[in-house]
Amino acid sequence: MDFEVRSLDSMCINEEEVKTPSWYNLKYLVFGMMFGIILIKSEVISWFRIQEMFRLQNFHMYGVIGSAIAVGVISVFIIKKLNIKTIQGEEIHFPEKPFNKGIVIGGLLFGFGWAMTGACPGPLYAQLGYGSTVTLVTIFMAILGTWVYGIIRNKLPH
Amino acid sequence: MAHIIELIKQPWPWYVSGPLIGLMVPLLLITGNKRFGISSSMRHICAATFPSSSSFFQYDWKKEIWNLIFVFGVFLGGIITMLYLKDDSPIVVDPRLISELSTYGITDYNSIIPEQLFSWNALHFPRTIILICVGGFLVGFGTRYAGGCTSGHSIMGISMLQLPSLIATICFMVGGFIMANLILPFILSL
Repeated sequence: MDFEVRSLDSMCINEEEVKTPSWYNLKYLVFGMMFGIILIKSEVISWFRIQEMFRLQNFHMYGVIGSAIAVGVISVFIIKKLNIKTIQGEEIHFPEKPFNKGIVIGGLLFGFGWAMTGACPGPLYAQLGYGSTVTLVTIFMAILGTWVYGIIRNKLPH
Repeated sequence: MAHIIELIKQPWPWYVSGPLIGLMVPLLLITGNKRFGISSSMRHICAATFPSSSSFFQYDWKKEIWNLIFVFGVFLGGIITMLYLKDDSPIVVDPRLISELSTYGITDYNSIIPEQLFSWNALHFPRTIILICVGGFLVGFGTRYAGGCTSGHSIMGISMLQLPSLIATICFMVGGFIMANLILPFILSL
């Protein structure tokens, strides 16, 4: 039941079968730090780079996202092909994501927000750390947007 | 060593940073069976603070705590970069964008985030309020409505060969093109 609620409208849900000590979660802090540094040094967090992308003035963002997808596709292919398990020996699952209208409507709305703020959610957290404290307001508004979605979800076309 | 640090401080080309971002996918899968995705963190924050407001937020958010730890790490990564890996030279931007932005009085390229638009000092200008408040709201609302963002759909979803994620990514781009080329000029000229 809990898992079903969490799975609603979400790509990234996880159900661990193997219980691990809570300090194991610290590795995600390290991975997050690495991701934050990469996002900034690749200038993905820059409003200018996002504007260039949406005006077809610079290949940079297409190169970043395209090569990230390529590495991701190859990785998942190898994991499936060789039936690679997690380091805890757990099976790795790849759930199907059913299509719904929200993917189109919500996708367009997020596209608007991406071009306005010059940031998707990951870069928002990185911008804040990088010293752009006003991004705190953007993050607050994004959380508010998430919350409003949750409240009116049943009235929206899906 | 100092030479290496200097090299890291330079902006990283796409063929270095893109594959590194892509490696997050197998890293999270193999070390903890986690699917890469950032925007969910905002849903977990809602679930942790106002769970009673909607059944959408009534789940055990602690089961997804890794995601909140990950985004806190992204924030810390930002601090580390600011303190130790900052590049002080101005950002190199396409001349066509420079000339377009100059018509809106945006001329400062010293920071990779334009301070003339995104700073506390600019927060009383209508265009900044719209970009931050409306834009921020749309990022949160849109990603949840679509079920993921650039990381969850475009990178993780397409890596799993999910057609809905490809459609989502196309919609992100279409929305961005419409906003940047057709609507943003009006907002910036306010």
